[in-house]
Amino acid sequence: MSVLVDKNSKIVVQGFTGKEGSFHAEQMIAYGTNVIGGVTPGKGGQTHLDKAVYNTVDDAVKKGGANTSIIFVPPRFAGDAIMEAAEAGVKVIVCITEGIPVQDMVKVKAYIEDKDCRLVGPNCPGVITPGEAKLGIMPGFIHKPGRIGIVSRSGTLTYEAVDQVTKAGMGQSTCIGIGGDPIIGTTTKDAVELLMNDPETDGIIMIGEIGGSMEADAAYWIKENGTKPVVGFIAGQTAPKGRTMGHAGAIIGGENDTAEAKMRIMRECGIHVVESPAQIGARMAEALG
Amino acid sequence: MNLHEYQGKEILASHGVKIQRGYIAETAAEALTVFKKLQEETGTDIAVIKAQIHAGGRGKGGGVKLAKNVEEVEKISGEILGMMLKTPQTPGGLTGPGKLVSKVLIAEDSYAPDFDKCQEFYVSIMLDREKKCNVIIYSTEGGMNIEEVAETTPHLVYKEWIDAELGIQGFQLRKIAFNLGLSGAAFKDMTKFIAKLYTAFLKSDSSLIEINPCLVDCNDQIVAVDTKFSLDENALFRHPDYEAMRDKSEEDPTDVEAKDYGLNFVKLDGNVGCMVNGAGLAMATMDIIKLSGGSPANFLDVGGTADAERVENAFKIILKDPNVKAILINIFGGIVRCDRVANGVVDAYKNMGNINVPIIVRLQGTNAELAKEIIDKSGLEVKSAILLQEAADLVKDVVGRS
Repeated sequence: MSVLVDKNSKIVVQGFTGKEGSFHAEQMIAYGTNVIGGVTPGKGGQTHLDKAVYNTVDDAVKKGGANTSIIFVPPRFAGDAIMEAAEAGVKVIVCITEGIPVQDMVKVKAYIEDKDCRLVGPNCPGVITPGEAKLGIMPGFIHKPGRIGIVSRSGTLTYEAVDQVTKAGMGQSTCIGIGGDPIIGTTTKDAVELLMNDPETDGIIMIGEIGGSMEADAAYWIKENGTKPVVGFIAGQTAPKGRTMGHAGAIIGGENDTAEAKMRIMRECGIHVVESPAQIGARMAEALG
Repeated sequence: MNLHEYQGKEILASHGVKIQRGYIAETAAEALTVFKKLQEETGTDIAVIKAQIHAGGRGKGGGVKLAKNVEEVEKISGEILGMMLKTPQTPGGLTGPGKLVSKVLIAEDSYAPDFDKCQEFYVSIMLDREKKCNVIIYSTEGGMNIEEVAETTPHLVYKEWIDAELGIQGFQLRKIAFNLGLSGAAFKDMTKFIAKLYTAFLKSDSSLIEINPCLVDCNDQIVAVDTKFSLDENALFRHPDYEAMRDKSEEDPTDVEAKDYGLNFVKLDGNVGCMVNGAGLAMATMDIIKLSGGSPANFLDVGGTADAERVENAFKIILKDPNVKAILINIFGGIVRCDRVANGVVDAYKNMGNINVPIIVRLQGTNAELAKEIIDKSGLEVKSAILLQEAADLVKDVVGRS
């Protein structure tokens, strides 16, 4: 069953004909993802990668039946693209774009709040349900269909975890890259909740980093509602205070932002916390027995 | 991106926020000229001479002084300009090397004519990550370190959250002014001041505006006496004029160079350098170094295209640090193929010619095996690994021997 995306998702690519959009749409299609077409304003009616191009997301929904979108639009237009997808009735919106102004996201978050949609990202690698659909920029081949769900704020660190899970003989149900920005749509807790309720997921890997309280919020939720083993890792144990570490959201402000504080809270909530990122896969295998 | 006080005040003034007026000077002679100009415009008797560096607590290090006449303006400006100013916030704190002062702000005395009649408050605006909207934080305890106020007297720190779609409302402006204990003309002016300040925050795409002290002067006017101002770098495309406010001399020179190469770099004080693709994996790699008995010398994200040029630039940046005893390259090749990265590493290594610290290369993902072969056959002093744990063990070996 998986979560967020599967082989029946009808996907529209926003920023379809641009360099990034074209490259990754092609990879997604090659993986077997059901891409119905894309949106590039002014190029409606053309075809690209043998798929339809629409002027608006509304057209893609009404004429092409799209219910899922992935956004490769440049930062200055990406907030607008998210709102367009939400307004058009798209149910799952994944925004890959990095570098959206914070105040744009404040507005977007408020705008989509009462819309019937789920935003993943921005500044994320996307979502993949191995063997069914790749809605993102992750390398498809490292994934294997299976029963471990992965939630992460990072790109390549998620691939690292995926690879360890695959090498340990397990596979993944759905991997959700939630993004590294200060304001994102789906939080760690939201993603953990989706996977906890998914009958095809047996264990969850939760990868966080310094900054914010998302991991602590997820940990407290897991303590109350958890029914499956959760393995956790927090990147940035050695990060200095007050400096942004690559991701705009990765900055230590107060005491509870540190990796130590987050790991302590996670342990107290019954999560199997690993100190070394090299041990994520092995610890999951151990936790499942 | 952090701004100097005078730059922040320029932006505030452009949005109608009343500021302590002043002019910038780079020499003592210039200070004298601008002080005379300021006197004509404002009638101020006293000049406040303020060192312009990107750090708070300037007064504690002798970077903010009063000058009672023209002679003192020239003398004090001359003393502050060119000094290495140490404050609790400059690198290394009060015992560190300090920061070079190359500009002073010659400002009016906003407290005249009666210092005791004035009142100092604290006001700041920033993003509340948890509530996903902007928040105004304010306090009656102005002119002090707000973190300390929040710790010792939390009931004196107030917060007002602003609706993202509707913006700040009249009742919120009144609430702020009432909580600060104001009445009459000062009350009215504070509501206007906060409204303009919030507009300035939004219109300039700030990530932080702090006004401390925020003064009620003797005429019941609200004045921004000092400001700490940061801009959202991602929004600079909307403000090309603010881009010119970047003061590269305030940033670590290596950080600036890395930025020019398009590398995301943060200097740390350890002994093992690292070069990684992706911010999360880069932080995790730093953690691995620590767990292996080393200490990370830097954070460095080479980004998506780890070609020979970028790898070479990254080598250059890392090797500037004499404390670096080893370098760990950790690339997870997804879209970028590991064999290309491996060739990039080999080419960069050969081009550099004089790398005399051990290098550990861990390449995983697309064509990882082929990449390991390229490294192993290159004949270079480079150790290769595929699994992250193998890389960690190699770091342990190297660190243990040195």
